[in-house]
Amino acid sequence: MNQGLISKAYIVSGMPHSYLTPEASPSFARLSEAYAKIRREIEESDADLILYFSTQWLSILGYMFQADPSPEWLHVDQNWHQLGSIPYKFAIDTAFAQSYAEEVDALGYKTRLINYHGFPIDTGTIVAQKLLNPQNRLPAAIVSCNMYSEKDETTRVGQAAARALQASGKKAIAVLVSNLSNRYLVEAYDPKNNRISSKKDDEWNRKILDLLAKGSLEDVSQCTREFARQANGDQKFKGAWWLNGLLGQSNAFNGQVLAYEPVWGTGAAIVALTPTQPVQAVALEQSQSSEEGSQAALVEELTDFEGRSRPHTTAPVRAERAESKLPAETKLPANTQDAFPDFEINSEKSAEPVGSYPHARRYGDLLFLSGIGPRQPGQKEIPGVTLDADGRIVAYDVRVQTLAVIENIRRVLESAGSSLEKVIDVQAYLTNMKADFKVYNEVYNEAFGKIRPTRTTVEVGALPTPIAVEFKVMARP
Amino acid sequence: MGKGSIVAGVLAPHPPHLVYADNPPQNEPRSECGWEVLRWAYERCRASIRALNPDVLLVHSPHWPSFIGHHFLGLPRFQGLSVDPVFPHLFRYRYDVKVDVELSLQIRDRVAAQGQLTSVVENPDFRLDYGSIICLHLINPSWDIPVVLISANQSAFYYSNEVGADVAKIVGNATREAVEASGKRAVLLASSSLSHRHFVHEPEIPEDMSFERIHHHGQYLWDMKVLDMMRKGQCRELLDIMPEFNEMATAETKVGSLNWLLEALGVPDYPAEVHGYGTVIGTGNAVVEWTASKPRGAQ
Repeated sequence: MNQGLISKAYIVSGMPHSYLTPEASPSFARLSEAYAKIRREIEESDADLILYFSTQWLSILGYMFQADPSPEWLHVDQNWHQLGSIPYKFAIDTAFAQSYAEEVDALGYKTRLINYHGFPIDTGTIVAQKLLNPQNRLPAAIVSCNMYSEKDETTRVGQAAARALQASGKKAIAVLVSNLSNRYLVEAYDPKNNRISSKKDDEWNRKILDLLAKGSLEDVSQCTREFARQANGDQKFKGAWWLNGLLGQSNAFNGQVLAYEPVWGTGAAIVALTPTQPVQAVALEQSQSSEEGSQAALVEELTDFEGRSRPHTTAPVRAERAESKLPAETKLPANTQDAFPDFEINSEKSAEPVGSYPHARRYGDLLFLSGIGPRQPGQKEIPGVTLDADGRIVAYDVRVQTLAVIENIRRVLESAGSSLEKVIDVQAYLTNMKADFKVYNEVYNEAFGKIRPTRTTVEVGALPTPIAVEFKVMARP
Repeated sequence: MGKGSIVAGVLAPHPPHLVYADNPPQNEPRSECGWEVLRWAYERCRASIRALNPDVLLVHSPHWPSFIGHHFLGLPRFQGLSVDPVFPHLFRYRYDVKVDVELSLQIRDRVAAQGQLTSVVENPDFRLDYGSIICLHLINPSWDIPVVLISANQSAFYYSNEVGADVAKIVGNATREAVEASGKRAVLLASSSLSHRHFVHEPEIPEDMSFERIHHHGQYLWDMKVLDMMRKGQCRELLDIMPEFNEMATAETKVGSLNWLLEALGVPDYPAEVHGYGTVIGTGNAVVEWTASKPRGAQ
């Protein structure tokens, strides 16, 4: 069991589409599925609270902390109002909010505890709560994103959260609610045909996600400014600084990119970071030291002619730079080393696997399907196969079986946001080439004759279940 | 139906502090005073607008930011509680707003006809933005004139100031054409500050005016330059330098509300009346009125 302050950390998109209209687009559905996966992880975690930093809750006067024990409202997003209303009632850990505010206050930043009926909790936090913590199993803590803050300040506010956790003796799930690139499409848009607003934004998103897949959060933090400049990062993607401060400014994580999808041109991702070392708090004295100073504090100081706006101004003290705690030779999990995107796809509409494998796996810009036979989900009978009482094959119909195989492939592809038309390679396995090839080939030609993927057909001695045909497919996503 | 017209345009900033200091019954927090110079400016402007007897007030608000095109209200009435997400201790206001849906949709149609994306709010749970509520209260606290609210497209932030200005021009022209076709007398409100760098601290008592001043001298110079151009009727030149003003003064005008107003007014070459200028937590705010029918040099 992880003995640190953070059980697990996530970066999620706060766009409401994956909550309100997942059926409108395969992209939204995949984001929703990824959300569901981490919701299950959170439900099994040993955390005491769930801590949110959302780029959609902007503050000017320092930092705000939600302190209404049970905020309740009927929320409508200012932009996506046509998607519907979201009623909510959340459980807030007000004691932690108080403790966190005190830690930030000790850094010299303005703080405010929010306990006003009708205060507008931001869409991003609401969506994340609804999808990750729908039953309020964990009390939540929510801190605002200061619109002026720079790297140093935001990192310190993250560090303050760790100190508050340490002081309270609690363990948290950390959730950063933020898009990656945040440039919206300006033209009419078909949700079923999503795209990132530019190739450049997409490439930058992938660079960041490559680093996150390797667990290199400190590295992400160091290139956040350039990413934000190049790809219009969501609120400069400063949430990465907060998360990095909270998690100890290191690369010591197992990273997993669970989804990366466009939403109205923006880059929306679901990322999980599992600490490989216990996350500990940085002492206040160390946190106050600064190598670069906060831009907001600097401007404030330079223009504070009467010394009124800040009662105390302390000259920045140069401190040791926070180095990565990850030893150079540390071996990362194979599935996160080089790959992006790299994730599993499992379709409820296809037969259950007979072993430990997914229906498909997306690797980069390709989809790899496991071998697909004619079996149907939730059924013992296999289409086109007649068995005797002992389970031996007494008759089979290769036409029926081949049709069922192709239908199963179509279902898996559609679950992955693809289609039969995007198949680029087929490997077909027949148990009796001489008897079955002609019929199999007729059915195949009807389905793939116009699509024209490359194909290889081989005879095999047997297949794992009593079937006569199985396809192995590669496709574009 | 006679030809409608925009009878006035107002740069109408929306600091919640002004409503807070005014202690209207709709607002929950109470104050003892504050920001009188700006509130008196609003009083003068309010009287001037009331004398014009408008049929409708139109607001372009930075605090209804739209990522995709522009949004318009499509229901005749919205009621609710507006809580300022930045200054909730100052502004918790119960509103009851009547919408001129017909004009709202006419503007929407004309914006859409120019190839812009539009959306109409038909969700009764939708909460109106506090920027619109604040400037509407300050111009018409009796709330007896129907309104049209227009969201502020954010393309200046995703692409460039120039793209934002082009979009605001399209919406401004569509607004003027729709008002003229409606036969109504309209007043336009650009709900916007000028320079917009805030202090990140505030005094213990929010209305402590000993704290209040411009954030820094550069902002003040820019604000005065811009106001001087307005007073001289140099709005074409003002639009030309607006991108630089937006960046150098961290100006809220980047959102496009002032561009929309000036374009809808046909880019005035007559002097505006600056009713007053003041700072709110470091930002520069001016109440400025363009009324073509007033004698020139009336200020």
